[in-house]
Amino acid sequence: MFSPDRESMHPSRLKQLQLERLRWSVRHAYENNAHYRGTFAAAGFHPDQVRSLDDLRRIPFLTKQEMRDNSPYGLFAVPMKDVVRVHSSSGTTGHATVVGYTRNDIELWSTLMARTIASAGGSAEDVLQVAYGYGLFTGGLGAHYGGEKIGATVIPISGGNTDRQLMLIRDFGTTMLACTPSYAINMADFAARHMPEFDFRKTRLRRGIFGAEPWTEAMRKEIESRLGIDAYDIYGLSEVIGPGVSCECSAKSGLHVFEDLFLVEIIDPATGEVLPEGSQGEIVYTSLTKECCPVIRYRSRDITRLHRDGCACGRTLVKMDKVCGRSDDMLIIRGVNVFPSQIEALLLEVEGVEPHYQVVVDRRGALDDIEVMVEVDEAIFSDEMKVMNALAEKIAARMRSTLGITAKITLVEPSSIERGAGKARRVIDKRKPQ
Amino acid sequence: MNITQISVFLENRPSRLRQVLQVLADRSINIQTLTIAEVSDFGILRLIVNQPEEAYAALKASHITCSRTEVLAVALEDTPGALLRLIDVFSSRRQINIDYMYAFVDRRDAHSIMIFRFEDIEAAKQALAEEGYTVLKQAEVLGQ
Repeated sequence: MFSPDRESMHPSRLKQLQLERLRWSVRHAYENNAHYRGTFAAAGFHPDQVRSLDDLRRIPFLTKQEMRDNSPYGLFAVPMKDVVRVHSSSGTTGHATVVGYTRNDIELWSTLMARTIASAGGSAEDVLQVAYGYGLFTGGLGAHYGGEKIGATVIPISGGNTDRQLMLIRDFGTTMLACTPSYAINMADFAARHMPEFDFRKTRLRRGIFGAEPWTEAMRKEIESRLGIDAYDIYGLSEVIGPGVSCECSAKSGLHVFEDLFLVEIIDPATGEVLPEGSQGEIVYTSLTKECCPVIRYRSRDITRLHRDGCACGRTLVKMDKVCGRSDDMLIIRGVNVFPSQIEALLLEVEGVEPHYQVVVDRRGALDDIEVMVEVDEAIFSDEMKVMNALAEKIAARMRSTLGITAKITLVEPSSIERGAGKARRVIDKRKPQ
Repeated sequence: MNITQISVFLENRPSRLRQVLQVLADRSINIQTLTIAEVSDFGILRLIVNQPEEAYAALKASHITCSRTEVLAVALEDTPGALLRLIDVFSSRRQINIDYMYAFVDRRDAHSIMIFRFEDIEAAKQALAEEGYTVLKQAEVLGQ
């Protein structure tokens, strides 16, 4: 553990620390930001009302829309002279939001990412290849600062240039990789196609921290077997701070949330009601020490579940499940709510289908049409038409029975579906915005 | 003797077939015969070529989804009723199922050559032997 006194804190002491910090954070937001002052007042809330952690429920939510409306600097709570950096969200689901960092915020974030690297078994001994994009996206610089904080040797290669990535893994003795899970698979694909002499098992690569997009257990198995490494899920969102909000430990059974720095709640996305621990719903974040952009009850739109299991790693921190979907990405197809991750899980269950797929949603007349394109590789290809048809029918039948939607299944050639260095584009929604 | 057929997955889009043919032409691989099974979105191209292993390796190297399939080739008199008598070998009492079949004309003489894909290729071979049919070797199919 990078911060053992915090990460393995006794729960009652942790709660005390959270309450003290919550009081500071809410007051800081109220006193130094006009938007928070306005929404708190409109909800009849004043920072003096926070006497216990349960009083968090009195505070109004902060939505993504409010963040966009206040872009770029409307949610800053410090003077610009104290802001040392800005980042921006990737804007995959709409307009980008801008977040700022004071020097202390950068220090906090570096510590979070150092904890993340340590949680995945990394240390000062590691050579960390950061293949997340550098720039406004928080992935690259977040991993970079965390790597330096823990004392690892950081290779700041950024995303793309796959042939060069592989050469550096081999020649620079990279032991730890940080990138999106789809890019890790992309690297394995590239090596198999263009560098037949390249063998991951002959390199020093041992572990990787993968995040910035949802991925499944099957993808973990694929990455671990093809790259010969341990693959850990890491999580974060730029609105809250960037990567480093939570991460898996050696148990790989959920992501520990760094609760000494962020309070988390699970709510019903439809009603906003706080749900008991163990329920699935939207995760809501409250920062406890951030200076520039305090987030008070920020609705992440990420769907997950919180649980405590007395983890063998020694951390007392709550665990969140892998994010199983975003309420933003939720597709409503003929009135049925569907997450792309559900489609992915279903495809992986149907024997032999590799996880390269794309969902296209369109509207024909008054009805929604959904088409799922699935790449056919040699493992599932048959020279018999009846076998190929049976595969498509099996996928369609599973979609009907488990998701309740009737989809057209189209079998396509490998590489028909675009794979980039960044986030895989799994869903194309051609319907007009409502 | 089994014959190696190359089977290729093709999306039903312009230039997909062309790409496959280009790969084969670039390596001077000759196509003896071919057939395509298709549905609306995709097809399965089945090829008998003079160098099946080279063809398979070249297609794979070009990231084209393909496989090698064992099929049987049988020479047949080009006369009325010849195919019926041959099919009877499988269907009458043996109940050997044919997955698919196609035909072309032997370049050496006026024989037809039938290509068969069976569910149970060993049972089919045994049946043909029992009824006095000879299965052709790869070289014979190629007219060599």
